[in-house]
Amino acid sequence: MRRRPHYLAGAGSLVWLFLVGLPLYVMLAATLRTHADYAGNGPLAFPKSFTLDHYTGAFDSGFGRYFLNTIVVTVCVVGLVLLLVPPLAYAIVRSTSRITSQIFRLFLLGLAIPAQAVIVPMFYLISKAGLYDNLLGVILPTAAFCLPMSALILSGSMRDISRELFEAMAMDGATPRRMFFQLVLPLSRGGLATIVVFSALQAWNGFLFPLVLTQSDSTKVITLGLYNFQTSHSIDVPGLLGAVVLSMVPVLLVYLFARRALVRGLMGVGGK
Amino acid sequence: MTTQMTSPPAVAGPVRKARRAESSYVARVGRPGFAWALPATLFFAVFAIVPLIMVAVLSFMSWNGLGSPEFAGLDNWRRVLDDPVMIKSIWLTLLLTALGVAVQTPLSIVLGVWAAGPQRNRAVLSAIYFIPLLLSSTAVSVLWRALLDPNFGIPAQVTWLFGDGNLFGEQSTAIGVLAFVSTWQFTPFHTLIYQGAARAIPPVLYQAAEIDGAGRYRQFFHITLPQLRTSVITSMIIMIVGGLTTFETVLILTQGGPGTDTTISAYYMYQKAFKGFDFGAGAAIALVLVIAATVVSLIVVRVSGYDKMRSTMEGVS
Repeated sequence: MRRRPHYLAGAGSLVWLFLVGLPLYVMLAATLRTHADYAGNGPLAFPKSFTLDHYTGAFDSGFGRYFLNTIVVTVCVVGLVLLLVPPLAYAIVRSTSRITSQIFRLFLLGLAIPAQAVIVPMFYLISKAGLYDNLLGVILPTAAFCLPMSALILSGSMRDISRELFEAMAMDGATPRRMFFQLVLPLSRGGLATIVVFSALQAWNGFLFPLVLTQSDSTKVITLGLYNFQTSHSIDVPGLLGAVVLSMVPVLLVYLFARRALVRGLMGVGGK
Repeated sequence: MTTQMTSPPAVAGPVRKARRAESSYVARVGRPGFAWALPATLFFAVFAIVPLIMVAVLSFMSWNGLGSPEFAGLDNWRRVLDDPVMIKSIWLTLLLTALGVAVQTPLSIVLGVWAAGPQRNRAVLSAIYFIPLLLSSTAVSVLWRALLDPNFGIPAQVTWLFGDGNLFGEQSTAIGVLAFVSTWQFTPFHTLIYQGAARAIPPVLYQAAEIDGAGRYRQFFHITLPQLRTSVITSMIIMIVGGLTTFETVLILTQGGPGTDTTISAYYMYQKAFKGFDFGAGAAIALVLVIAATVVSLIVVRVSGYDKMRSTMEGVS
């Protein structure tokens, strides 16, 4: 249309395709061939054998349990975010109180706090609360660190609701509570979907909080399972890569079926 | 909409005044109080703000992970600032962050602008570029650790390119690996930022440039790049904060080695606190990181004039 494709940039993008595609191919190929084939012929050679042992093997070495733990953490984090953020965003967008604008400023500041920065006191707090090596001890801080971005996303999407709708409901004598449930929530579905995906990804991929706040096998999440597998069986590369592929399957499913929500959740942008 | 439709200009004076009073009344009632924000605020305060304050407090305490922290004055700070490994870790962190920004910014601008274009194969390629984003940092690091294994990985097979195949044995190659892996992992994210921004550039600007006879490269440097200014800053801040807090990649790929040659500050903090049980020193390093991330972000915003930036859309109807 307005511009012809740029051939130099196109060539550059093909180089990048190779850099992205080759490792992904090697990973998939490694998980589907036997050990001897991988070690003997090297990762780049075309597979001469076929097996699904590495996937079943991952479950035998405890990944079933890790999956379950990660699902529990993810569901609880998403639940907490959905419970806390909509009323917060509603107040940010509609409240005229000066306290609310201060609260919004606090959450904007919170966007800049990296989890690494608070990991030492978090360990102290969680230990003192008796939640060390307990999934709840992972859920609470993970959910807290989802709040600033979720509040920003959802308040952005609530701002798009037209003022006239609120005024019309106010004319009918609706309370803030009724407006929230009958007007705000139904009209910010896009934003709600985005914060669900965003916080689910944070929980699913989280590593630092589980690493520092849990230790036993019964509370291990997938990312930690991958790390442990790598440090203890570093020779079993196909088995390890099988576990890596399994860990991305749920995210891949979301990518295939809810691509827009996933991209928005990853980018942390409002549901428009 | 409805308010405007039902106010004919002929009916002036009292009716309009009454309307205004009524509409401001309507605008005022039915507003939620700040109490709606309280549950989330309290939760966030307990699990993010309180720990942030405690980092500062703990950096003046000595604590070994058991029992209670005790006041230690400036002891942690003296030890941390006198520690050659710590000083080295700050330089390594800055080097890796700068490398990340220098490599990823041009790469993701080119890829993003390209992906925003009209080519037919673009959608398929963009979908493949996107895949690294579906993997967690842990999975990415574990994957590359396996692919670059000195004995069973790609380097062992492609010796003409990688020599003895041990990329983790020397500082320069180990840093190269870390920079490469974060580029591999994060470029798709920044590409998406630039793709979105490049799509939003009004086509009329390119049409005008074409009429003026500006070539492709002049269009890129005089229209595309200036129009992407805001995105460059956003993306750079994300890269810098991400670079300063890089942790998983180092923990899994190099364990800070060889020796302490890739021990960057966030990894050193983890080592000090959770391996050496010197939580006071860990808190001091964490505080240095928070301050550094904040200061660098503020500098980028100030130097670029992001805070005073006016709309780049001016003059475009």
